[in-house]
Amino acid sequence: MTVLTVDTPGSSILPRRGGFAGALSDAFWRHPLLLLILMLTPPLLWLGIIYIGSLIALLLQSFFSIDDFSGVVNPEFTLATYAQLLNGTNLDIILRTVSMAALVTLASAVLAFPIAYYAARYAKGRWKAFFYLGVMLPLWSSYLVKVYAWKLILAKEGIVTWVFAKLHLGFVLEAILSLPVIGGNSLSVSYLGTFLVFVYIWLPYMILPTQAALERVPANLIEASADLGASPRQTFRTVLLPLALPGIVAGSIFTFSLTLGDYIIPQIIGSSRLFIGQAVYAQQGTAGNVPLAAAFSVVPIVIMGLYLAAAKRLGAFDAL
Amino acid sequence: MRSDRGQKSPLLLKVCAAGGLLFLHLPILLIFAYAFTTEEKSYQWPPPGLTLKWFAVAWNRADVWSALALSVQVACIATVIALVLGTLCAAAVSQTKFFGREAISLLVILPIALPGIVTGIALRSAFSLFDIPFSVWTIVLGHATFCVVVVYNNAVARFRRTSGSLIEASMDLGADGFQTFRHVILPNIGTALLAGGMLAFALSFDEVIVTTFTGGQQATLPIWMLEELIRPRQRPVTNVVAMLVVIVTFLPILAAYYLTRDGDQIAGSGK
Repeated sequence: MTVLTVDTPGSSILPRRGGFAGALSDAFWRHPLLLLILMLTPPLLWLGIIYIGSLIALLLQSFFSIDDFSGVVNPEFTLATYAQLLNGTNLDIILRTVSMAALVTLASAVLAFPIAYYAARYAKGRWKAFFYLGVMLPLWSSYLVKVYAWKLILAKEGIVTWVFAKLHLGFVLEAILSLPVIGGNSLSVSYLGTFLVFVYIWLPYMILPTQAALERVPANLIEASADLGASPRQTFRTVLLPLALPGIVAGSIFTFSLTLGDYIIPQIIGSSRLFIGQAVYAQQGTAGNVPLAAAFSVVPIVIMGLYLAAAKRLGAFDAL
Repeated sequence: MRSDRGQKSPLLLKVCAAGGLLFLHLPILLIFAYAFTTEEKSYQWPPPGLTLKWFAVAWNRADVWSALALSVQVACIATVIALVLGTLCAAAVSQTKFFGREAISLLVILPIALPGIVTGIALRSAFSLFDIPFSVWTIVLGHATFCVVVVYNNAVARFRRTSGSLIEASMDLGADGFQTFRHVILPNIGTALLAGGMLAFALSFDEVIVTTFTGGQQATLPIWMLEELIRPRQRPVTNVVAMLVVIVTFLPILAAYYLTRDGDQIAGSGK
């Protein structure tokens, strides 16, 4: 007498299921690879073909050149477009964008630290949620609305001028605006304005990873450092900052990358001098020089590649 | 000896943290004040007077409505595509181990890790290469590509918390793969998917950089706003629309937060 009834010997202990769905389910159970391939095919097709395919098409175009007379793209391999990238104006654009990105990253790190530290170490319960939402809501609220809000704030007749006037400090604002390079007619057409808006918009991206890194610093490390005689300044420099650094670097990936590629903020708030994003936009649009636009957009890709490699060595990816 | 060590925060830290949060929120609140101003020609502060008139004007503007309709349509389709692709990807990556898992995570994150303008111009050059005319679908194509990652992040976080033994138990008790999915996996990851979907919706609803490249002549709501920012036609209407956009995007974010607050984070790190 056999208690077990196995309809096909050697397959499995349970009997086969009836119906198409059952058979399919059994097939997946027997061949996990089949299920895996089925699950991965749609997303890989989408991202692989649409996204990576487009990126490769773009990269290829950067090796083409444009015929100066007819304005038609000449599909032959050349490095001439990249050489164009290195001439005076274009190099200026690249340097301007990179230094802006570096300054914005630095300022965001400084502003983000106290918020992140307070939220990680002192905020409890409801306050923790308050801080979390307090960072999440500005992060997710509409990008354009935030830029627009700053146009209102920085306008010559706007609230900043009004506050300075009320405090009888109008001359301070005048003095700042009359500074060379960073100044301008009003804050909304100066580099200073562009900088402020960049910092504002990308700040939450710096706060979240910094806070995540600080959450992992045990409080007794700080106490131990103090017990061993370190001043708060020393504790910050030798204990807290090194431990928070991976988080700060992780945040800087966002602030740096986002500043590099943005073309809307400098267009709406800033002087008329171009940033990489604006150059890409102008080259592919009005100028119709797609190869140069493609070569320009390779610049942030290369910079971010180097940046990510450096960040990986600093352990930033464990902090994400 | 002090007994409240580590409980009290230094005053300076408190002031800096509060100042930082104020810095993040005041500009958004200012939009609300401007929606009621009577001033038409400039961004004058303080507003010379308050009025509700611009809400009626904005309500009657056909271009605002058609932009809103297009935005909602695109965001819905992109969210559905992102939900399907993101969940599949997350399930494959978190439930099994296979060669190239890291590469897949990277592939999903790439569309938001690279600057939006790169994604935008890449898609546009691909469209022109294959002579694909601009339509709702070209916008959807771009949006779905970078929305996958938020669904993926939420789903992966939840899959990690869902114990694999639950699925094995279900199988041992005789459920087939589809029943297990329907009765065990879906209830477990449901709220994470809902949250991911809401964030994907908010992300798509707000997207402007990629859309400028893939939209052609059609205006989504952000494109409409961008036009108004570059060439202002009726500033008070823009103020009203800006305020409504703030309110509309806050709701899904709050909902997503309450759906995922016990345990995993919303979307991990950012958009």
